[in-house]
Amino acid sequence: MIARTDASKRYNRRTIWISVAYAIFLIAAVYGFKHDLVGGPLRYVVAVLPALPVVGLFIAMGRYLVEEQDEYVRMLLVRQMLWAMGFALSCATVWGFLDGFGLVGHIDGYWIVVVWYFGQAVGGIANKLMLGDGGC
Amino acid sequence: MENRLRVLRAERNWSQQDLAERIEVSRQSVNAIETGKYDPSLPLAFRIAELFDLPIEEIFVSPSRRSSKAI
Repeated sequence: MIARTDASKRYNRRTIWISVAYAIFLIAAVYGFKHDLVGGPLRYVVAVLPALPVVGLFIAMGRYLVEEQDEYVRMLLVRQMLWAMGFALSCATVWGFLDGFGLVGHIDGYWIVVVWYFGQAVGGIANKLMLGDGGC
Repeated sequence: MENRLRVLRAERNWSQQDLAERIEVSRQSVNAIETGKYDPSLPLAFRIAELFDLPIEEIFVSPSRRSSKAI
């Protein structure tokens, strides 16, 4: 596990608040559409609402990288994120071609975020294997 | 990068956590530097050198000098 620093504690707090906002926005958007409470251009605004906290998660992660004072921990995070990025983009590309040739079903684009977070776990394992005790 | 950090720490009877607190990094960082898995930045290397009151090259072994010795 990566060391708990002041910056990581702030990141965790922000993540919790953002997750709460996501749950609220998602429930509100689903309820609004299900009961036809929104119409016209407002539909676009409501549809995008749940996406905003997810964007916030990436901003929070960026702030964490900027605020982290421990250079080794920062390096571990960057490595983890690079693994996550490579993993997510690779999965999206492979699935995209399979989908394009009609071999698999279509998946909504926002699932890439879930795959990216799974890629973070892959990055953590890679850190552990390559850096031993010092890794994630 | 090969270094004498573990020896210098042991001479002072400091744990990795003690050293980490003195140079304001995590214990993980100290461990990674000691085992040569991570090369510290120049500012951190200076901080370590100043703590032990030694020149950087007496703590960290220059990779180029090390390879020339091997030749």
